[in-house]
Amino acid sequence: MNFTRRETMAVSGAALVATVMPLKLMASTTDLISGVTGGIDASGDGISLTAPEIAENGNTVPISIDAPGAVAITVLAAGNPTPGVAKFNFGAGSGSQSCTTRIRLAGTQDVIAVAEMADGSFSAAYQTVKVTIGGCGG
Amino acid sequence: MAKGVKPRVKVPKTAAAGETVTIKTLISHKMETGRRKDGDGNVIPRSIINRFTCAFNGKNVVDVNMEPAISVNPYFQFDATVPEAGEFVFTWYDDDGSVYEKKKPIKLA
Repeated sequence: MNFTRRETMAVSGAALVATVMPLKLMASTTDLISGVTGGIDASGDGISLTAPEIAENGNTVPISIDAPGAVAITVLAAGNPTPGVAKFNFGAGSGSQSCTTRIRLAGTQDVIAVAEMADGSFSAAYQTVKVTIGGCGG
Repeated sequence: MAKGVKPRVKVPKTAAAGETVTIKTLISHKMETGRRKDGDGNVIPRSIINRFTCAFNGKNVVDVNMEPAISVNPYFQFDATVPEAGEFVFTWYDDDGSVYEKKKPIKLA
């Protein structure tokens, strides 16, 4: 089987893009998490983030976060022009450390939640949300 | 003061002492991000609600710092414990300095 030069370039180019893309995304996600924790490693336990896998409209994406024992939860969107979304600080009167809200997403990206626990440790969770603005199902 | 801002809050009328109740809040607000442009290519200035707090009898329940990535008509749902009868105070802080406040009393069942 003989590949022409053009075909070879196309195949290797596509492979390169496919391998580099997720790595780049992951790096920024971990960077954002460590930006919140101040470099402390965040565990994946004790926090759950609920977001839709596919959001038809990026203007209102419902998310909910539950982190028992947290004093604060920071929500970030890795692919937005400004990654910050919101920070929830829970006070003495809160019944559970959970919250539901609606956020804006500029495109397909990771939604990240970082919880700061009462003992100073951090927990992080993230989920990729596919955004299909226009509703064409792309 | 931004136009058409109307806070809406859903709190149960009664609760047992020590019970955890779920509260839902919604405030109509356009939440302009400051990144959009109008027909002439001028940037529409940012105008959002940047902070929301809920307190029960002076005790903080939740305090949210909000960025432009919060959707139009910000909606929050969260839980609060009700140790005694009292009043929930909900406060929203606008970029332009206005403060919107809503109060809801709750009785013990």
